Amino acid sequence: MKPAPFEYVSPETEEEVLDLLRRHGDDARLLAGGQSLVPMLNLRIVQPAVIIDLGRCPSLAYITVENGSLVCGTMTRQMTAERSSEVREACPLLAAALPHLGGTAHRNRGTVGGTLAHADRLAELPAVALALDAELLVRSAGAERTVAASGFFLSDLTTSLREGEMLHAVRFPRAGVHHRAAFAEVGNRRHGFAVVGVAAALEVSKDGACAGVRLAVMGVGPTPVRLAEAEHILVENPFDADILRTAGEAAAQSVDPANDIHASAAYRRRLTATLVERAVREAVA
Amino acid sequence: MSKVEVRLTVNGAEYVRSVEPRYLLVDFLRRELGLTGTHIGCEQGVCGACTVLLDGQTARSCLHFAVQVSGSEITTIEGVSAEASLSPIQDAFHRNHALQCGYCTPGFVLTTVELLRQNPSPDETEIRRGLTNNVCRCTGYVNIIKAVAEAARSMPTGEG
Ligand code: FES
Ligand code: FES
Repeated sequence: MKPAPFEYVSPETEEEVLDLLRRHGDDARLLAGGQSLVPMLNLRIVQPAVIIDLGRCPSLAYITVENGSLVCGTMTRQMTAERSSEVREACPLLAAALPHLGGTAHRNRGTVGGTLAHADRLAELPAVALALDAELLVRSAGAERTVAASGFFLSDLTTSLREGEMLHAVRFPRAGVHHRAAFAEVGNRRHGFAVVGVAAALEVSKDGACAGVRLAVMGVGPTPVRLAEAEHILVENPFDADILRTAGEAAAQSVDPANDIHASAAYRRRLTATLVERAVREAVA
Repeated sequence: MSKVEVRLTVNGAEYVRSVEPRYLLVDFLRRELGLTGTHIGCEQGVCGACTVLLDGQTARSCLHFAVQVSGSEITTIEGVSAEASLSPIQDAFHRNHALQCGYCTPGFVLTTVELLRQNPSPDETEIRRGLTNNVCRCTGYVNIIKAVAEAARSMPTGEG
């Protein structure tokens, strides 16, 4: 199918983008990399009157490390972030998750901000943002606010962005020397949609025990969720097999997945246990 | 619906056309330029039949509007070899029976161009991972993987 007709604008400054958003409100959709939006346009799931293409606005594509954080502008291509040594050093969890996002062709074009703002329930970066307590920098004409990841993802395809607002960038805390991270996922295809994925961010103490841990799982509900029970079991303990297994079981008990055509609820629960163990083991390996 | 001007360099030649903003890159290539080697399978980014190189990187031409990539350079299957000859990758596909109906083949070939450019001697796992988002409904995957491995062996590093 072909998209319904729309008016197309491609502003070159962020100011113009925000002004267009203010004028058109909900009649407009922002086009970032288009790897999620264009299929929805082609299928006429969405039929906006106006498309505002962010692809010609260079000030939205950047990666900086500043004051203890890594900031990615919304139009940073996923492949650019994946190849960035700054990302690898400052935010290893993001670097670990990026290769899971889609095929090479999708990551070449898809953007960091696009996948966050799209907020698909099976997207990896919302789980990464939640695990790391990332901050979403949100702008509208003449205003700016910062939203914690825990308050940004409201439901499948739904964020707390309001009419006239745009995700400008995402800020991740910079990893310290004791930080370890891994992202583990199972899907039907290596780079396709996941069934379940787990993001693990750890702090390892000098004697090799867990000095801090943050876990988030996706694929078990309409948004990613933190795994507080499993975190509680891991923290201040050594990373031995028994502890990991107990933490995995606790994680599985704490989630409430549903059946769908891709997997049963029971399988998603099993995967949650397995992937918690796997992610933590990989992170500290 | 009002039209917009699109300017693209495709396989080295420059083209300017006026199309509706909703016109997909794949339709631009096929209908405006007559380059029908780029195929449409799913039109939602899943099958890979429409894969082209956009400024040197693989991209799904069904997931871009022509206007959005105006000013870019595109390589389609018609541009991977000189007229009436086969590139080393195409030749390896031919020799290994890596196509049956051929519908998916342009997408596989362009995906392989990028794969071998980034990793000139991939092992089988790396080839499988690199091709995982291209679908062949004739399901001749084993021969496709063989062809890519042979192409890698036959090509001087970096040639595509
Ligand atoms: S037609 Fe573009 S990916 Fe299938
Ligand atoms: S050869 Fe027929 S779809 Fe691949």
